[in-house]
Amino acid sequence: MTVSLTHLQRLEAESIHILREVVAEAERPVMLYSVGKDSAVMLHLAKKAFFPGTPPFPLLHVDTTWKFRAMYDLRERAAADAGMDLIVHRNPEAEAQGINPFDHGGLHTDMWKTQGLKQALTAGGYDAAFGGARRDEEKSRAKERIFSFRNAHQHWDPKAQRPELWRLYNARKARGESMRVFPLSNWTELDIWQYILAEQIEIVPLYLAAPRPTVERDGMLLMVDDDRFRLAPGEVPVERSIRFRTLGCYPLTGAVESEATDLSQVIQEMLLTTTSERQGRAIDHDQSASMEKKKAEGYF
Amino acid sequence: MHATTSPVSPDREYRPDALIAEDIHAYLAQHQNKSLLRFITCGSVDDGKSTLIGRLLYDTRAIFADQLTALEADSKRVGTQGQNIDFALLVDGLAAEREQGITIDVAYRFFSTARRKFIVADTPGHEQYTRNMVTGASTADAAVILIDARKGVLTQTRRHSFLVHLLKLRHVVLAVNKMDLVGYDQAVFDRIVSDYRAFADSIGIADFTAIPISGLGGDNIAAGSDAMPWYAGPTLIDHLETIDIGTDAAQDRAFRLPVQWVNRPSLDFRGFSGLIASGTVRPGDPVRVLPSGRTTQVARIVTMDGDLPQAVAGQSVTLTLADEIDCSRGDVLATADAPPQVADQFQATIVWLGETAMLPGRSYWLKLGTQTVGATVQEPRHAIDVNTMAELSVKTLNLNDIGVAEVYTDRPLVFEPFEDGADLGGFILIDRTTNATVAAGLLSFSLRRAQNVHWQAIDITRAAHAQQKGQTPRLLWFTGLSGSGKSTIANLVEKKLYALGRHSFLLDGDNVRHGLNKDLGFTDADRIENIRRIGEVARLMTDAGLIVLTAFISPFRAERDMVRAMLPGEFVEIFVDTPLAEAEARDVKGLYAKARSGEIANFTGITSPYEAPERPDIRIDTTRESPEAAAERIVEHILGVWSHDL
Repeated sequence: MTVSLTHLQRLEAESIHILREVVAEAERPVMLYSVGKDSAVMLHLAKKAFFPGTPPFPLLHVDTTWKFRAMYDLRERAAADAGMDLIVHRNPEAEAQGINPFDHGGLHTDMWKTQGLKQALTAGGYDAAFGGARRDEEKSRAKERIFSFRNAHQHWDPKAQRPELWRLYNARKARGESMRVFPLSNWTELDIWQYILAEQIEIVPLYLAAPRPTVERDGMLLMVDDDRFRLAPGEVPVERSIRFRTLGCYPLTGAVESEATDLSQVIQEMLLTTTSERQGRAIDHDQSASMEKKKAEGYF
Repeated sequence: MHATTSPVSPDREYRPDALIAEDIHAYLAQHQNKSLLRFITCGSVDDGKSTLIGRLLYDTRAIFADQLTALEADSKRVGTQGQNIDFALLVDGLAAEREQGITIDVAYRFFSTARRKFIVADTPGHEQYTRNMVTGASTADAAVILIDARKGVLTQTRRHSFLVHLLKLRHVVLAVNKMDLVGYDQAVFDRIVSDYRAFADSIGIADFTAIPISGLGGDNIAAGSDAMPWYAGPTLIDHLETIDIGTDAAQDRAFRLPVQWVNRPSLDFRGFSGLIASGTVRPGDPVRVLPSGRTTQVARIVTMDGDLPQAVAGQSVTLTLADEIDCSRGDVLATADAPPQVADQFQATIVWLGETAMLPGRSYWLKLGTQTVGATVQEPRHAIDVNTMAELSVKTLNLNDIGVAEVYTDRPLVFEPFEDGADLGGFILIDRTTNATVAAGLLSFSLRRAQNVHWQAIDITRAAHAQQKGQTPRLLWFTGLSGSGKSTIANLVEKKLYALGRHSFLLDGDNVRHGLNKDLGFTDADRIENIRRIGEVARLMTDAGLIVLTAFISPFRAERDMVRAMLPGEFVEIFVDTPLAEAEARDVKGLYAKARSGEIANFTGITSPYEAPERPDIRIDTTRESPEAAAERIVEHILGVWSHDL
């Protein structure tokens, strides 16, 4: 009797295959864990891939010290639940210079995230790093291989990607070179939400609507998550029912006004919306090719 | 002639499925059961592939308002459609692509309709980016081959059609694009379809569906075309929504699980993980482990969601077995009474994707399923001219060439013909030095079954030969530039061994070339064959128990690694490291002078590269160490190894 697998079952099987392939072929893999919904799905898949064992690699969080407090809460719990080591890296130079999103703009992302990530990968000697990026997110990601080669300087050369056929991934590399591997490449935002719903995966509560203190700036709704938020003269936080479609550094992540307090309502709103999920990210608005440029420099 | 673009009309504005607002749970249940079609768009440059995909995304409401705003701004800035939207900018995501207005690499885009979900891979049209086209095609079920109505069937149309057929994509759609630029003329369409049919027949594409479209205007894409009332067939979307995907067909074949990873979290659990390539498996099923051939039964199908009563092709699972038998990554678990074949010589079709040409006889890594082995490709039987399908006589395969050749592996490979599926029939070749993926291959059939190969049984074994001589056989491989001092040092080493009563033999480059290899020249291919023969001769001599010394330039890392693989544990790489300037200054045989004057072609160090060993067993810096001291050190090294062996 033929059993038809659902679309989500096929995606799950493909991702698990990718995770196992890396563990079989890489010397020191690590999983980049950003605490967002994609990371949550990726971590869940890793648990499935290596059950009844625990995933044989650590989680790495490249911290900017400016994430939402709710993200720090879940980070510790998720790692402990999975029985995995959690490595938290903060760029010591950014820390020393007090780099922050209010004063330093693009430098904030570059130093905390891009440079921080490179430092952490080099320090750990990792030769393969899992990332939760999806091809439907952004145009340069739509072009990236599942096993994406990085040279010894962790640079990506989009014009010289290795052919990637069938389910055959070439993980060979010289010493010092590394791979970024994207097990969720073929998932869409809707797939992620449906899977979270179906598998009851714990996510940061900020993805669901609740009354939260906010201010409006440059057309974005920002949440005042702690007392480091600098209010402009006369600016008073207003309580609004909001949720987030993506989570990053709280002063850089735009919220949407919403009444969706459970997952199916979130999915409903997402399907009815007319804007993409990255719209709430200040990082992508600089220029069309900005993500490719950041990725070439080593950003995840 | 100017392109006419239909403006963004109100009925094309984003309009979601009514069910989403009415009953999200019902919508999700329905969406969950939609099938997925993966397809590629391919064809020649400027046939409008990216524009078509942009149009598909736009017409199926897969573009959000903020993306549309960015697109409108980009279109005005760098677009090629004047004030109108340039849909190609939606998919050409790399900066270099936007600058040059071409597609370099495959882009994956996602959309869905009421009936189906789609992943479309937009593949580049330029011949130089064939490897990216092949990447996209390898995971697709269908191909939409675009043709510019003004140009008709071109070389790239034929090349891509042939690759699509080769990779066994199930469906071919011929989209005759830019009908707006030929006045929506039926005669033009009919002529192109007829031309294409003749070509399709010649390469064995039995069936295809032809649709006249305009990517720019949206004709026959999501909606029909008022301009082409003579066309009564389906729109492109209609057709893609209804073609049979056949994803469940793999379940009807025999069970095969390439073992990816052995899961051993504790002493009590030993599971074999992998993605089921074909068939169905249940606890209690008798299975065979290939290539060893041992049999056992499946005990459990373990997942985090609990044990399963059954698993099917396409699922990633972990099996436990009833008996403790040897099984590791690269092995294949299969139905006990219908196992796949095991062989080490094959005929294969090869698409060469490397910048440097294939070298017949060179050892590459071959990856098939979860198996990685050393493999050599023989001189091609023929290459295929994609225009005429003629079989061309060739010595090698260059970038983007497609040919048929024999492939020999250094270990038996569990396989099935590519006809039966890519999981055990498709392979890649990886360059051992650069680690680049240099070829895609499709196994046709085995030339001999490995299980039928028997070595002549000999009573006096190689161990007996070695024991008689009281020594461990070794191959001391001296490598270095011409004039570096290889022969001098090797000669001193042999004299010392002789004095110590060891049995040895020195194979010298010049001497071998006077006899055994006098038919070989100095091209890269001949150099490889030279080394292969020397390796085989050295292996016979070590079988006889001898310590073999060889002094050859042996400039390529891959060939030295090949010989190392032939003599595991016995190969000692000795790098006679003399700088080029020093070797040239010595120029004992006057060869450098001749090479510099152009009298000798392909001279290592001058007109041909020397790839120095990265981790030689012994390195000799002849500018600091005398030949005598070096020879002493080598003898000590191998005697030291002997004392460890004892």
